[in-house]
Amino acid sequence: MFEIVAKKEWHPTITEFWVKAPYVAKKHRPGQFMILRINEEGERIPLTIAESNKEEGLIRIIFQKVGKTTFHLGTLNVGDNILDVVGPLGKPTHIENRGTVVCVGGGVGIAPLFPIACGMKEAGNRLITILGARSKDLLIMEDDFKRVSDEIIITTDDGSYGRKGFVTHALEDVLKSQGDKVGEVVGIGPPIMMKFIAKVAEPFGVPLTVSLNSIMVDATGMCGACRVTVGGKTRFVCVDGPEFNGYEVDFDELMMRQSMYKKQEQEALERFKKECPQAFEGIGEVA
Amino acid sequence: MAEQKPKKKGLNLNRLDMPRQDPKVRITNFNEVALGYTAEMAMEEAERCLECKKPLCVDGCPAEVKIPEFIHLIKEGKFIEASLKIKETNALPAVCGRVCPQEEQCEEVCVLAKKGAPVAIGRLERFVADYEAAQGEAKKPEIAPPTGKKVAVVGSGPAGLTVAADLAVLGHKVTIFEALHKAGGVLVYGIPEFRLPKSIVQREVDYITSLGVELKTDVVVGKTFTVDDLLTEEGYDAVFLGVGAGLPWFMEIPGENLNGVYSANEFLTRSNLMKAYRFPEYDTPICVGKKVAVVGGGNVAMDAVRSALRLGAAEAHIVYRRSRAEMPARAEEIENAEEEGVIFNMLVNPIEILGDENGWVKGMKCIRMELGEPDSSGRRRPVPIEGSEFIMDVDMVIMSIGTGANPLIPSTTPDMEVNKWGYIVADPNTCKTTKKGVFAGGDIIRGAATVILAVGDGKTAAREIHNYLTTGEW
Ligand SMILES: Cc1cc2nc3c(=O)[nH]c(=O)nc-3n(C[C@H](O)[C@H](O)[C@H](O)COP(=O)(O)OP(=O)(O)OC[C@H]3O[C@@H](n4cnc5c(N)ncnc54)[C@H](O)[C@@H]3O)c2cc1C
Ligand code: SF4
Ligand code: FES
Repeated sequence: MFEIVAKKEWHPTITEFWVKAPYVAKKHRPGQFMILRINEEGERIPLTIAESNKEEGLIRIIFQKVGKTTFHLGTLNVGDNILDVVGPLGKPTHIENRGTVVCVGGGVGIAPLFPIACGMKEAGNRLITILGARSKDLLIMEDDFKRVSDEIIITTDDGSYGRKGFVTHALEDVLKSQGDKVGEVVGIGPPIMMKFIAKVAEPFGVPLTVSLNSIMVDATGMCGACRVTVGGKTRFVCVDGPEFNGYEVDFDELMMRQSMYKKQEQEALERFKKECPQAFEGIGEVA
Repeated sequence: MAEQKPKKKGLNLNRLDMPRQDPKVRITNFNEVALGYTAEMAMEEAERCLECKKPLCVDGCPAEVKIPEFIHLIKEGKFIEASLKIKETNALPAVCGRVCPQEEQCEEVCVLAKKGAPVAIGRLERFVADYEAAQGEAKKPEIAPPTGKKVAVVGSGPAGLTVAADLAVLGHKVTIFEALHKAGGVLVYGIPEFRLPKSIVQREVDYITSLGVELKTDVVVGKTFTVDDLLTEEGYDAVFLGVGAGLPWFMEIPGENLNGVYSANEFLTRSNLMKAYRFPEYDTPICVGKKVAVVGGGNVAMDAVRSALRLGAAEAHIVYRRSRAEMPARAEEIENAEEEGVIFNMLVNPIEILGDENGWVKGMKCIRMELGEPDSSGRRRPVPIEGSEFIMDVDMVIMSIGTGANPLIPSTTPDMEVNKWGYIVADPNTCKTTKKGVFAGGDIIRGAATVILAVGDGKTAAREIHNYLTTGEW
């Protein structure tokens, strides 16, 4: 059992927890994720670790409510327990001083980006951060990133905050103006966003690292649910990743595979809406 | 071998069938297929055993179960004593009675096998183990006084459970670390309920914790702790690695990442461990096509194809590149699958999986095979027949062509040797790895093998770990 010790609602659809998981916190390094299962009937879902506090044995997770499990998770409060937390899983980010690093995050992909950004900064890089959200109220962790970034650009799709447009536009501008200094781009967000980051960055010849959020079951390399094609080869995201060379990932396949259980997910969500209407308070139309 | 020659007179060749659920009914549920002998049936079948002075059956058993002795006890109606007799060398009789390939082990060499009717040793083993369990809590052996030594057992499959039980009885403090949320290894995530009820595995796990073994689930060794962490910071005096062979292989043919293609491990894990067959009551979903092809011929393939039927597939196929005679699955399960209506496509090999515009499986291109010269395994090698390609009309494919070694532990334990396939190098007589204080057994040293071999390794390792802890000699 893993206790929730702090909770913050960024938005009716975005929740943050600090969870007591001392072993996981102790070993956590940037780029790694964990698996959780809420209760006996629950499914195992991966969530990237946004921060860890090794002294107090805490990990920070931020999740968007998209399906039954994440909506259910959002109903838990401080003092409640999560049945299973496993981790830290996946390979840690390769961090080195490359001069200047651009970290690009979209949506809740901003959360896993945070420890990587901190690591890059600590390694002596000049850190440029680009954060994007659909609108101002969906933007998370701006203050966290301000603490570690040398330069920060915010974009919103609707222009309600920062620059109007996508992170890709901002990235293109940064690469145009100071691309020769940029040693690496790290991009985390929805697959479609990462796909376009790759398109934008490629002409500049700068290395691109992305972090993939495929469907998982065990997350120890035992089932292959998480497989993706990278550089023409099948890889398991849970053990070979989650980070890969962004130019080699078959994003179309990733998106297709993420939709495998669309029908069942919809069914489970509808059922949960009836069972637990309070989980959907303050939310307009979901999915 | 004169004493083994049975008198022709009075030789009973009526091997007694075990009652099973009707095939038409059982494909609609996940309840156990085999129903087990009654006491009368067990005694009747036991009577057939000749109690050979040099019992060949025992030579055929990897755990050297005292077969004629336990069968003798059944004849006398001493069922609990019979069960305890088996447990002297095999900690998991209720499991092994159900899943061992007896026809390749004890029953293959039973003297009555020559007459086509070996004693049904497996069914008898299963009967006495279930009988004992039905009497209530298992009798605990006397536990030796604490030795003050700590042992970490990594993995809770049959190998890990056996080591833990034996070492706890010897007075050592044992902790099992399991990556998943439930203990039992393949017995809980792989083998389906209809072949091995999970309550039986749980009973074994409960027994082991009742001996004082601590069970820590949700710990991935190599990630949460390394082997070195266990030996240093965490203060364990020895480590046993029983992590199984759980890395699924794919064929590396086009279309394998389409939606609707599963590894058998994933399909079975969703269904068994995550209980997806009870979706939406349980949250984990599973997709089942109308026409499902399972590629492979082993136990895993049989489990997958029979699960697919139960999950609602209208047509379930086995696609195997060799012939029926080479199929490695237990004979009983092939028979069960056939009765349930599984269609066997022998000497057929997939070459491509075809997808529709949404990325879902819509067919599988295959080629017919014929058997050529024997290969290194002694089995005749299948070779493709040129020009025999055809398309199978399926909308789901489950790959069940074997598994390999998971690199999580070796990659974080640099001073422990692995072989060219990634399996941990360990002496099968001692289970010692090349790293001091670290032992390994089960599938991770043998490649995907059997439950009973894992149990046997567990026994060996426990003996050797005890020896190491008490003498300090490596
Ligand atoms: C579907 C299926 C059907 C089978 N049918 C039969 C049959 O009928 N008869 C038969 O004899 N054999 C059968 N087998 C084979 C048999 O199950 C195995 O040989 C046996 O379970 C091996 O036991 P083990 O203890 O070595 O490992 P496993 O049972 O594989 O257990 C290993 C355990 O270790 C855990 N683990 C792995 N890595 C780590 C880590 N890094 N940290 C912590 N824990 C870890 C795993 O989660 C797992 O629980 C079958 C196998 C499968 C998959
Ligand atoms: S089981 Fe078969 S081989 Fe073993 S003792 Fe009985 S008759 Fe002999
Ligand atoms: S999630 Fe099962 S292998 Fe990656």
